[in-house]
Amino acid sequence: MKTDGGQALIKSLEREGVEVMFGLPGGAILPVYDPIIDSKIRHILVRHEQGAGHMAEGYAQATGKPGVAMVTSGPAATNIVTPLCDAYLDSIPMVVITGQVPTAAIGTDAFQECDTTGITASITKHNFLVTEAQDIPRVIREAFHIATTGRPGPVLVDIPKDIVDPTNPRSSLEWEDEVEIDLPGYKVDTSVDEDAIKKAVDLIQQAEKPILYIGGGVLKSRAAEALLELAELTQIHVVTTLMARGAFPDSHELCLGMPGMHGNFTAVTAMQESDLLITLGARFDDRVTGKLDEFAVTAKIIHVDIDPAELGKVRRPDIPIQGDCRVAIETMVKVLRESNSEATDRSAWKSRISGWQERFPLVYESSNPGQALKPQFVIEKLRDATPGDTIVASGVGQHQMWASQYWTFDHPYTWINSGGLGTMGFSIPAAIGAKVGHPEKMVWAVDGDGCFQMTAQELVTARVENIPIKVALLNNSYLGMVRQWQDMFYDERHSEVFLSKEIPDYKGWAESMGCFALRVDDPDEVEEAIAQANEIEDRPVVIDFRTAAEEKVYPMVAAGTGNSDVIVPPSQENEIR
Amino acid sequence: MSSASAEHRNHVLVVTVENKSGVLARVASLFARRAFNIRSLAVAPTEDDNLSRITIVVDGESAPIEQVVNQLDKLINVVDIRDLQPGHAVERELMLVTVAVEPEHRDDIVEQLDRAGGKVMSVGTDSMMLSLVGDPDHIDAFEDLLRPFGILEIQRTGRVALANLDETIE
Ligand SMILES: Cc1ncc(C[n+]2csc(CCOP(=O)(O)OP(=O)(O)O)c2C)c(N)n1
Ligand SMILES: [Mg+2]
Repeated sequence: MKTDGGQALIKSLEREGVEVMFGLPGGAILPVYDPIIDSKIRHILVRHEQGAGHMAEGYAQATGKPGVAMVTSGPAATNIVTPLCDAYLDSIPMVVITGQVPTAAIGTDAFQECDTTGITASITKHNFLVTEAQDIPRVIREAFHIATTGRPGPVLVDIPKDIVDPTNPRSSLEWEDEVEIDLPGYKVDTSVDEDAIKKAVDLIQQAEKPILYIGGGVLKSRAAEALLELAELTQIHVVTTLMARGAFPDSHELCLGMPGMHGNFTAVTAMQESDLLITLGARFDDRVTGKLDEFAVTAKIIHVDIDPAELGKVRRPDIPIQGDCRVAIETMVKVLRESNSEATDRSAWKSRISGWQERFPLVYESSNPGQALKPQFVIEKLRDATPGDTIVASGVGQHQMWASQYWTFDHPYTWINSGGLGTMGFSIPAAIGAKVGHPEKMVWAVDGDGCFQMTAQELVTARVENIPIKVALLNNSYLGMVRQWQDMFYDERHSEVFLSKEIPDYKGWAESMGCFALRVDDPDEVEEAIAQANEIEDRPVVIDFRTAAEEKVYPMVAAGTGNSDVIVPPSQENEIR
Repeated sequence: MSSASAEHRNHVLVVTVENKSGVLARVASLFARRAFNIRSLAVAPTEDDNLSRITIVVDGESAPIEQVVNQLDKLINVVDIRDLQPGHAVERELMLVTVAVEPEHRDDIVEQLDRAGGKVMSVGTDSMMLSLVGDPDHIDAFEDLLRPFGILEIQRTGRVALANLDETIE
């Protein structure tokens, strides 16, 4: 059957099972927008292309399906660079389609031309510049295959206008019902070496102070259930990194919560003192290890990762295991069940852990009547007033850390954040993407005032496209996380971190974007406001919570220092470590 | 640093890639981004029209070689990578060099060149252009020998390599 490149592109997306895409049209991509009118794919028209990218990421994180965004050439392509890099660092499956100037104009500095594949080569798992219409169906299949298999990641497909423009003979192609990928250099091996697993199990059984160090790879491989089985079978404590919150239930007695720069004391210290880190789908990020030379110096390392380049990149493992986390965990469970070896007695370790938990819980001082809200208090109230499977998408800053610390994540895929890139402005579009993927679930964005001002316009998208997310704005009038560093490491000299106390009027702004909005100053009003927000289902909601600016995120491992030097809140300074 | 100890750290990677536009740029930018040092690089088509071969000499000190290999392997267009162990491969490089030579010293140079297995490519009034193919040590030695005459221009290709026959490659 004869068709044209634009039709073929949309048909190819349909063939990949795409149900929704996020985007914004323009000159170079115009011919592809015409067939969208007749497609069953839902297109969500964003207000800025960065929003489209983060929505695709949020959708992918919440559903496990690849997120899809489509934008035009030049400035639109550069606008989506940040989400591509974000998805690259957090291994999020995403396919981004960009328009490009006609093939004959490439390289001439034509209007809205930019070297999109050149710019994005180092921040995508792969990218394609398609030059023949006939290649479109195959390239789309390849893009989805690459994005979703192995270590997932973003793939960009750059499409010159002439090969999709039905008035141009270069756009003509023969549509085939079958299409096959042709990627001789791309092989995915998810199997694991059972001998290595057996050695790992031996180490596990001998370890006196083992910790399961869980990263985002466990969620990517959909291994949360397998992990629960492994942890319960071995009775080993679990830490879940910022990318893995929810991979193991926070309310489980074996859960120690989040490690790292703002991890809780017990998670940080247990890793530091451990003699075996069973590392599953984590990558020894500097925000987790602190100063590398001082990180968990006595620990042996088992490291499972689908990406062989992660094994030994930062910390040399004693047992490297390349493969899918779920397969690896299931094999561990099987080997453990078959063996009759007994684990070492770990009662001393367990009592040390519970000692730390008693002496160093997460704490904050409650506010006195008339004082500004405590951000931690707001998160706790929100957590208590929402269903257990509520999806939380956060921005980047202090509010992100408090959300991760004070929420109780008992379900996988309920925590969505920008971990690797730390992209301010992530939360609102990511929450929209998540809500599109899970309209039946409640979705809260926890945002900061700085972040809000970067992508708030997508609330217009949310209202117009009928995507009723809720936003808890922890408004401290500051770029709070930066202020915290200035407070702690720059003698409280505040340089360019104060935003404004009264401008913008967030309630008025949100209302002008079609949202229901409230402003809350008093601790006594928090519960009522959340209850009201939870009732509203026909439009987005924004609550402007006025929070205390001087509040700091504790504990903290200062940049460049070791995890043993974790700074605890003032009230815990005299506790024995 | 003496060239002998530098040579010791070098690894020769023979990277087979899809013959598509932009692939060399991907390989080169990966090295730049990950702070791996390239000592030399040579690209050429192979026996298969769909594939090209890039021979890269990597400074093994700038990064663990397995990390370089693993990162390269993540490039979708990279089909195969061989890390040739020193002494287990045939390595060749081509040098073109123009040296200043007074006519009375020509015979002298030609004799040296014959012994080294090189060729005279072009002769000027007071200069000569020579070519020499050999393993990198051989080329280095000959370059040293020419230096006293005065090297006017030199161009080396960077090395190409294939594994020795009948040896297993680690
Ligand atoms: C795009 C971007 N620019 C700058 C930063 C650096 N940065 C990290 S946190 C932060 C402050 C965020 O302020 P806000 O959204 O108000 O959150 P708060 O820390 O006050 O909770 C800044 C500027 C960043 N992470 N991302
Ligand atoms: Mg703030």
